[in-house]
Amino acid sequence: MSGHPTYQPQSPFMKWLEARLPIAGLVYTSFVAYPTPRNLNYWWTFGGILSFMLAVQILTGVVLAMHYTPHVNFAFDSVEHIMRDVNYGWLLRYLHSNGASMFFLAVYIHIARGMYYGSYKDPREVLWILGVIIFLLMIATGFMGYVLPWGQMSFWAATVITNLFSAIPLVGESIVTWLWGGYSVGNPTLNRFYSLHYLLPFVIAGVVVLHVWALHVAGQNNPAGIDAKSSKDTVAFTPYATIKDAFFLACFLVVFGWFVFYIPNYMGHPDNYIPANPSVTPTHIVPEWYYLPFYAILRAIPSKLGGVTMLLLSIVLLAFLPWLDTSKVRSATYRPLYRQFFWIFIAAVIGLGYLGSQPPEGGYVYAARILTAWYFIHLLIILPLLGYIETPKPLPKSISEAVLREGLPIGASGPVPARDKV
Amino acid sequence: MTGAVAAAGAVAALVPEIAQMNPDASTIAAGAPIEVDLTPIAEGQVIKVFWRGKPIFIDHRTKKDIEEARAVDWHILPDPQSDQSRVKEGKDQWLVLIGICTHLGCIPLAHQGDYDGWFCPCHGSQYDSSGRIRRGPAPANLALPPYEFVSDTKIRIG
Repeated sequence: MSGHPTYQPQSPFMKWLEARLPIAGLVYTSFVAYPTPRNLNYWWTFGGILSFMLAVQILTGVVLAMHYTPHVNFAFDSVEHIMRDVNYGWLLRYLHSNGASMFFLAVYIHIARGMYYGSYKDPREVLWILGVIIFLLMIATGFMGYVLPWGQMSFWAATVITNLFSAIPLVGESIVTWLWGGYSVGNPTLNRFYSLHYLLPFVIAGVVVLHVWALHVAGQNNPAGIDAKSSKDTVAFTPYATIKDAFFLACFLVVFGWFVFYIPNYMGHPDNYIPANPSVTPTHIVPEWYYLPFYAILRAIPSKLGGVTMLLLSIVLLAFLPWLDTSKVRSATYRPLYRQFFWIFIAAVIGLGYLGSQPPEGGYVYAARILTAWYFIHLLIILPLLGYIETPKPLPKSISEAVLREGLPIGASGPVPARDKV
Repeated sequence: MTGAVAAAGAVAALVPEIAQMNPDASTIAAGAPIEVDLTPIAEGQVIKVFWRGKPIFIDHRTKKDIEEARAVDWHILPDPQSDQSRVKEGKDQWLVLIGICTHLGCIPLAHQGDYDGWFCPCHGSQYDSSGRIRRGPAPANLALPPYEFVSDTKIRIG
């Protein structure tokens, strides 16, 4: 997308700096003059929200690390010390623990938006795969963070998840011993999880830079799913996208604040306020809510290796969406059949989440098997077939045609920006 | 050639980075054998001791437990093993097991489930009175730790 204004340094200092490190120019072309499709809706604000949440997690995490002790004898007490003694420690910890939930809420909406509007299709495949990598890193980071308070749920989550690797034939047991640094989950395990939990967010930040880079090469997708063709199809990132992102971020923070200040333990488990005890497993262990759909898939398969394989596959398959979906049309707005299957898929994932929270008995297991089957049928059979049997609705000629009528935005009642008048 | 030397050097440099994660000398030293006195364990009682951070079940089985474990045709079990092969000869009443579910590592509960054995609360695996998997997602019987009788009433685990 050429033709948008470039950065012209004004002051002598900025001219001097720009000749040596053109960072102001990079920021200007990427986040000020950068053309964004004019029809972006609020589902497109979650990328910004996710960047913000990553910053919140890193900031609160770094200060929590100043008060936390990664040792089996002191970890639980040091978390209570943060809650009771450290100035604002309760706030920092609740921001961090609820921040993880909000981070995952936002990433699930972000992923679902990408699936609905076909954001993974040509030319955004690499952008999408980088996103799946970020999601995998988030899962690992969130899991290791959950182990650190060293409560009962922490200990048994660490035990169950590391034991997933024991399903690998031949070398599984050796890998698990290597992960533990002992014959069972213990102090070496806690210590290395702490180290990695500190490291991985910065790895995520690095991959986010690549993700944003790939985004700015391909340009943003949009609700119509067609490419921007002229300057009439786009508006400048600043102020249009900036203010829209900022507004919805504020709305999102209201929800975040509500959890932190009114129901900070709503998404936690009471058992995690019992110190870790290697001799007793809690009667009903469940992971945090954001892992429940995958946990349900694991439990639905009546074989250890099979369950672990399907669990992994359910996430890794997402990286192959650009090739599993054979339709040339991106947006579900113009795909009448896909749109229905999309919502069935979302319902199946939410259903799996509910089943993952229930005990693994009777009807719950059978329901989980049906929904697990559907999860894979959708990705491996429905998506490839739809591209051949579906008749898409006619696409608009351009983004501006899709959202403007006689030069005015459809549904607009207020004054129109001067540049939009024909 | 230069590239091959550099690659070999890089691999050599990775060895300590990876090896440091395996159990260290103090962890291995703490994993030495332990001795357990069996006299206080009443018939029908299961005790739990720790060896290498793992719970070890010592089950003083009743006649009924042993008969049930031997009545079943073990060839058709998911992980076929006879009860005789899981205890020491002449010590049929003593069942010594690693108390870790072979599914994902939870600790099963004694005297529960449909087979007078163990029930795992995490994912519903059921073991019989010989610690053999009978139902549920676990792939194998409860493992046997290395142990031996040092006298009639004392065992050494490890």
